[in-house]
Amino acid sequence: MDRFSVFAPRLVEKAENFTSGHRACQGCAEALAVRLVMKALGRDTIVAMATGCMEIVSSPLPTTAWMVPWIHVAFENASAVVSGCEAGMKALMRKGKVPEKKITFVAMGGDGATADIGMGQISGVMERGHDMIYICYDNEAYMNTGIQRSSSTPYGASTTTSPAGKYSIGQHTQKKNLPQIAVAHNIPYVATACPSFPFDLMQKVKKASSIQGPAYIHILSVCPTGWRIPIDESIRYGRLAVDTGVFPLYEVVDGSYKMTYKPYRLRPVNDYLKGQGRFRHLTDKETGVIQDRVTKEYEGLLKRCEGR
Amino acid sequence: MAKPMEQIKWQELEPGAVVTEVGSAREYHTGTWRSARPVVDSKGCIRCGVCWLFCPDAAIIRAEDGHFEADLTYCKGCGICARECPTGCITMMAEEEE
Ligand SMILES: Cc1ncc(C[n+]2csc(CCOP(=O)(O)OP(=O)(O)O)c2C)c(N)n1
Ligand code: SF4
Ligand code: SF4
Ligand code: SF4
Ligand SMILES: [Mg+2]
Repeated sequence: MDRFSVFAPRLVEKAENFTSGHRACQGCAEALAVRLVMKALGRDTIVAMATGCMEIVSSPLPTTAWMVPWIHVAFENASAVVSGCEAGMKALMRKGKVPEKKITFVAMGGDGATADIGMGQISGVMERGHDMIYICYDNEAYMNTGIQRSSSTPYGASTTTSPAGKYSIGQHTQKKNLPQIAVAHNIPYVATACPSFPFDLMQKVKKASSIQGPAYIHILSVCPTGWRIPIDESIRYGRLAVDTGVFPLYEVVDGSYKMTYKPYRLRPVNDYLKGQGRFRHLTDKETGVIQDRVTKEYEGLLKRCEGR
Repeated sequence: MAKPMEQIKWQELEPGAVVTEVGSAREYHTGTWRSARPVVDSKGCIRCGVCWLFCPDAAIIRAEDGHFEADLTYCKGCGICARECPTGCITMMAEEEE
């Protein structure tokens, strides 16, 4: 008997819609995130992507790693362009100029594109209620241009524009909570995901695609280059982010919260921080501050999941 | 099949630099980046597909006898498959200089 068929990965779509030959660094979990997202979405999908690592590595002219219609636009307007595609296709279908079928419209961007540069447009598409998904691949800095801090870079991380040193602990601001900003728009679906949990991720993408109206998915995408970790550990660090409570996996359907994966007991945050070059300079006092904040935020999230 | 960029004249580009052939990135063989290759001990492979699922480069294929192995045309040698394999049947071996 084909033993592959009794294990869970057999349930996963075999076709690759984000192909080999892309030029992401070795061990890039952001590229894995895109690969899994595209497996979940299938070919009846139209994607617009902001600039960033995934756009650059997948589309050096004259080649493309995409198997679906894909458009690269400016840094700030992937969401606005997809909202136009969605409205345009709706009109064409209504006029009978293209056959009626279900197409998923997806805008994608990095954390820089999402948390900083495209924020206004994303808010606009959510408010206008387009039937589309926005996916943020969060590797916690502007990686493609050489690890500059974004508003999604966590407290204490050393980047080239928030370098750690004698007078600085690195990033001194707190990570912007993008999923909560999406929730505040009262959209039907918001979720967090991580490719270290591939089934959870693909299920959320499928759900977002089936729900009518705007959906937002925030994917923690480990970047071995920018986080300064060994290239074979990007899956492991994604798992640690979830198991320590630094990046909880949850979804919010019509305003109600649900934890989709609940670690039996949270591991100490230091298990996640230690070993990452970007946090190497942190002292026990500073990791203590991070631990307290993670615990507090996780408890707040648990309360929301219990409807309190 | 797309020509390499250096052989293309600007007149041959589609307006707006539209690329009309999907998945043509496959023409670029990222396997040349590799400094270590995953070697699968086929006797230890339980054919679970975990390596395949976690490979960022979709560079795991199935051999004729059904076990999994790396597609060396694209495998960049990151070692994720070796680290995530539940039976530990994948070893990373340094590539030798020719
Ligand atoms: C308006 C504008 N500013 C700056 C750039 C240069 N640039 C290209 S990619 C990039 C970084 C993208 O960071 P992020 O969105 O986090 O994606 P990542 O590369 O980390 O995946 C920058 C600054 C640009 N292309 N356009
Ligand atoms: S810099 Fe990071 S996110 Fe960008 S391709 Fe490399 S590993 Fe991936
Ligand atoms: S992860 Fe290991 S055991 Fe599972 S299919 Fe791959 S090589 Fe075989
Ligand atoms: S070493 Fe990395 S690129 Fe090569 S097959 Fe394994 S996971 Fe894929
Ligand atoms: Mg980024």
